[in-house]
Amino acid sequence: MTTSGASPRETWPLWEVFVRAGRGLSHVHAGSLHAPDADFALRNARDVYTRRSEGTSIWVVPADAITTSDPDSKGAFFESPAGKNYRHATYYTASEGVPHL
Amino acid sequence: MAQGPVVAQGPVVAQVPVAASVPVVAQGPVAASVPVVAQGPVAAQVTVAAPVLVVERPRNEGDETSPDPHGEVTVERVELSAELAGGEGRAATADVAAYALWLGDDALILSQQLGAWIARAPELEEDVALANIALDLLGHARSFLRYAGSYDGRTEDDLAYWRDEPEFRCAWLFQQPNGDFAQTIARQLAASVYLFELYTALQGSSDATLAAIAAKAVKEVEYHRDHAVQWTLRLAGGTDESRRRMIRAVGDVWPYVGELFRDEPLIDRLDDAAVRPSTLQPAFDAVIAAVFAEAELELPTGPMSSAGGRRGAHFPTLGFLLAEMQVLARQHPGATW
Repeated sequence: MTTSGASPRETWPLWEVFVRAGRGLSHVHAGSLHAPDADFALRNARDVYTRRSEGTSIWVVPADAITTSDPDSKGAFFESPAGKNYRHATYYTASEGVPHL
Repeated sequence: MAQGPVVAQGPVVAQVPVAASVPVVAQGPVAASVPVVAQGPVAAQVTVAAPVLVVERPRNEGDETSPDPHGEVTVERVELSAELAGGEGRAATADVAAYALWLGDDALILSQQLGAWIARAPELEEDVALANIALDLLGHARSFLRYAGSYDGRTEDDLAYWRDEPEFRCAWLFQQPNGDFAQTIARQLAASVYLFELYTALQGSSDATLAAIAAKAVKEVEYHRDHAVQWTLRLAGGTDESRRRMIRAVGDVWPYVGELFRDEPLIDRLDDAAVRPSTLQPAFDAVIAAVFAEAELELPTGPMSSAGGRRGAHFPTLGFLLAEMQVLARQHPGATW
């Protein structure tokens, strides 16, 4: 990161926001926002993403800290399972007489 | 106890139950069989109990297998207590109404001031934060003004739009101009620490309506206080420029803090219904001292302004603010929107 305040056009770092809607649910990516630090990211997330009572818990993560898959390597990454139906549990027929399957 | 749906009377619905079950944004058709999920706050399926309008969410192909990313988000229908909704038909006495006018005007003017930051704050996120705070304050103002008006049959809109400057009773702190962001934060710090202590104490008021409004407001003001404290620490401890501005802002705002804790004759007549302003000062001073110590700011020790908001003598900013706030209602009397 560059020195804070070095440029007048500098914007705050980007944070990704994960909101849990209720007990028993997992945190789901809600969007992103800018904030100067983690404490404020949490407060901004509260103001931006839970103002209609959408959440009971919020996570914020620096966008820098997230490693994403490369959109250009879609083929290698995501198309390989095509045709490999046997990877689905439903592909196999259950033998008769096997209980609880 | 009237429990019916409450109709919003003001221009902005702050705390009144939302009277429609409209998904905030209906999700449009999504590419078939790909459970793409719109991200962001608007995608949440907000359902509010709906006496009027029901908009069904469009069903997409394959929607059954793609659960809503936020789960089923529903908003409890907010049933305001009769004290807050003004449904109990209990009229304030003259003195209680005068006191409610103090508190309502403080909140109304501060709300209007903060509204001016929308689209002008340093960052988009801060726009939303300040707007949220402004709306909370507007909600408090509406409750107090509605109650104040119950004494002589005026509505909250009558009080907000049809009083002239000398009839307002807001303290000068709330009339201080927005200035730069640091000045707004300094004003917010003093205002929210004061309001938190005030509403905390007012919950014990012998007047049930004032106590109920305070009980709702105190939770919101606690967040406003946190917001102001966090910003004070960051501005004071940030760059040389931000620190310079924060110090100047505190110096500009602090002369108007004294008025908040001045006991006017009205307080003597209210007994347990009101909170005696002077009793709030020790708690206020303690919180401010802690924040200033952490921010390494010095508490201004200059003289306090004589001020005069409670008597209807106002800071020069108020007239312009009222002109802007009231012009639409006065040009189109009785208009609703």
